[in-house]
Amino acid sequence: MMLRIDQGRIIDPANNIDRIGSVYIADGKIVSVTDEPVGFKPDTVIDAENQIVCPGFIDLSTRLRDMGHSRKATFKSEVLAAAAAGITTLCLQPDTVPVIDTPAVVELIKELAEKADYPQIYAVGGLTQKLDGAELSSMLSLKQAGCIAVGNANQPVKNLLILRRAMEYAASHDLLLMFRPNDFWLSNNGCAHEGAVATRYGLPSTPEAAETIALAQCLELAELTGCRVHFGQLSCKRSVIKIHQAKKYGLKVSADVAIHQLHLTENDMTPFDSAYHVLPPLRTEADKQYLRKGLAGSTLNSICSDHQPHDLDAKLGAFPETEPGMSSLETLLPLMLKLVTQHAITLEQGIACLSANPARVLRLNSGALTPGFSADVCIFDPEREWQVNSENWKSQGVNTPFWGQTLKGRVTHTLQAGRIIHRL
Amino acid sequence: MTDNLQLNAEGKLKHFLTIEGLSKSLLTEILDTAESFAGMSEHQVKKVPLLRGKTIVNLFFENSTRTRTTFELAATRLSADVINMNIATSATSKGESLLDTIRNLESMFVDMFVVRHALSGAAHFIAQQTAPHISVINAGDGQHAHPTQAMLDMFTIRQIKPDFSSLRVAIIGDILHSRVARSEIQALNTLGAAEVRVIAPKTLLPAHVESLGVTVSHNLTEGLKDIDVVMMLRLQKERMTSALLPSESEYFKCFGLTEEKLKIAKPDAIVMHPGPINRGVEIDSKVADGPQSVILKQVSNGIAVRMAVMAMAMQKQGVTA
Repeated sequence: MMLRIDQGRIIDPANNIDRIGSVYIADGKIVSVTDEPVGFKPDTVIDAENQIVCPGFIDLSTRLRDMGHSRKATFKSEVLAAAAAGITTLCLQPDTVPVIDTPAVVELIKELAEKADYPQIYAVGGLTQKLDGAELSSMLSLKQAGCIAVGNANQPVKNLLILRRAMEYAASHDLLLMFRPNDFWLSNNGCAHEGAVATRYGLPSTPEAAETIALAQCLELAELTGCRVHFGQLSCKRSVIKIHQAKKYGLKVSADVAIHQLHLTENDMTPFDSAYHVLPPLRTEADKQYLRKGLAGSTLNSICSDHQPHDLDAKLGAFPETEPGMSSLETLLPLMLKLVTQHAITLEQGIACLSANPARVLRLNSGALTPGFSADVCIFDPEREWQVNSENWKSQGVNTPFWGQTLKGRVTHTLQAGRIIHRL
Repeated sequence: MTDNLQLNAEGKLKHFLTIEGLSKSLLTEILDTAESFAGMSEHQVKKVPLLRGKTIVNLFFENSTRTRTTFELAATRLSADVINMNIATSATSKGESLLDTIRNLESMFVDMFVVRHALSGAAHFIAQQTAPHISVINAGDGQHAHPTQAMLDMFTIRQIKPDFSSLRVAIIGDILHSRVARSEIQALNTLGAAEVRVIAPKTLLPAHVESLGVTVSHNLTEGLKDIDVVMMLRLQKERMTSALLPSESEYFKCFGLTEEKLKIAKPDAIVMHPGPINRGVEIDSKVADGPQSVILKQVSNGIAVRMAVMAMAMQKQGVTA
């Protein structure tokens, strides 16, 4: 099976490529970029003129629901959304129902992924059993079953001694810890940023310190234990500063930001509109600007979707009782491109934050169009406008504040291991 | 971020959810309309037929005596039929959602919901979800708003001190958890008060409290200087167990209003409290029952103000107050 992608603008940050040319794929792998291999006879040719050809996107934090939450979404519905968004690899957070804390659940996820025809779903194993924050999970067994990292999702670890031991144990098996810093007590069941907007609307709120204190503690433990840590969904300026300092100091850590934090602030929330209910909460304009700076200066190396599809009921209620999270796979690329048009980052940086950099975090041989790598490719038209509406939307969760808006940038083809999994 | 949900296309009141976004002239109209109802309570016949044939549901997801009773009396005096639903002990405890409760009541052809709920935004949510002909009056939602309480307090102030522009008002106590405080601050600022001052320890003040349009003091003795209106807030007992305050007695020592401390305010200052009072915690009995206290006046004014708001919100259905 041979496939050629013709005359697109190839942007492959890992290999420093940005030029018009063709990509050659055979047997699910990249064979060559630009130079035609001898005797290459493609079965399929994709015309990518005026389009951008880049590595398929890797999403570091996704919820696909299914299993105990199939009323919200299923693997089947969400992988269609992922494919339509140019995403070829997903990391599934462990707070599924049941929790990813045994090899059996990892097997079940693999099975669901195969059935949904989207095999590149990686499970993040629970750091603790049932994510209870008290007893260590069988991390080695989880790794052997295929878990790409461990983490405790949004659940707190009971105390720092347990976190220390969990990190030591993870480090013993060279497992990556994916950590969303949030001090349970300081967050105080908040549903909004502790600032002027929450004060005006009387919403229970969470200060930045809930994030930065947990981040600082985990950074100290990263040094103490030698555990590799990736910090997920950072939301404020002081977190970016802390990561910057830690990297300068020499700690092997990395961090990402959820795409909505780069575009929305507390001031964008229409009164009590549950579509804006996310955790960590939308913060201030200064935080947003600093997160953008953090990406531009590579302190933050990845952008994740933090996709959390919900059923309608989950978002119908008084704001504090609604469930947090946005359905955000399909807005990922257009919102990344908006960062480029707003001159926050370059197009090459944006693509790297969605491909080469998360691949490096996960130590995957992907996220690049390197010959021999799995042919995970995203082809998109950066100028094409589309409206976020039920006709264009694939995810079962319609919980997005961008509903009804016209966005720019649309994926025309997605290839996963050389197979076309999406065609517009 | 203004809130037009509560106004109809002609700018008239449709729902009454929050003071925020309402104009000075609309607030004045509420006070003037209340004025016309205020004398009625002393008449032998205490009823007007304005809302005859209308059905009002008092939907209380949180317990309340004073607010529910005055809403009920207000509705009765406007000749409406009133149903009291105490949801705290009703459907939702059986797992029925807020929305289902609303839908069921809608099917019974009601015209107005008076809503109290423990969560901020509940009244907004109901106003957004309910059938277009139904008006929603917020009788207190979480820590967000209690607009009728604010208006009855404005009404009480205006009876005694008609010129808002010269008034300095102190709000004392648990601002953080108080929907009353948020609505009072907005009403006072909209009506043009000279100063709204909040006096509390930092643990009972929300972040960026000055963004609400207030000055801040952590000291009652200093904070009461030049004050015309002293508004005390109720202190919930659970503030002690959640480490916001050390003890009731220390709170009383620092922030409790005594006769002696009241002397620091202007000599003709009035003392208000939305009730229920914790005697000896936030206020000394001698002050609560003293000559400067207008606390019971607030309660009786509650009826007239709630009549005014109900009548105005029903104007869209051909009711003229």
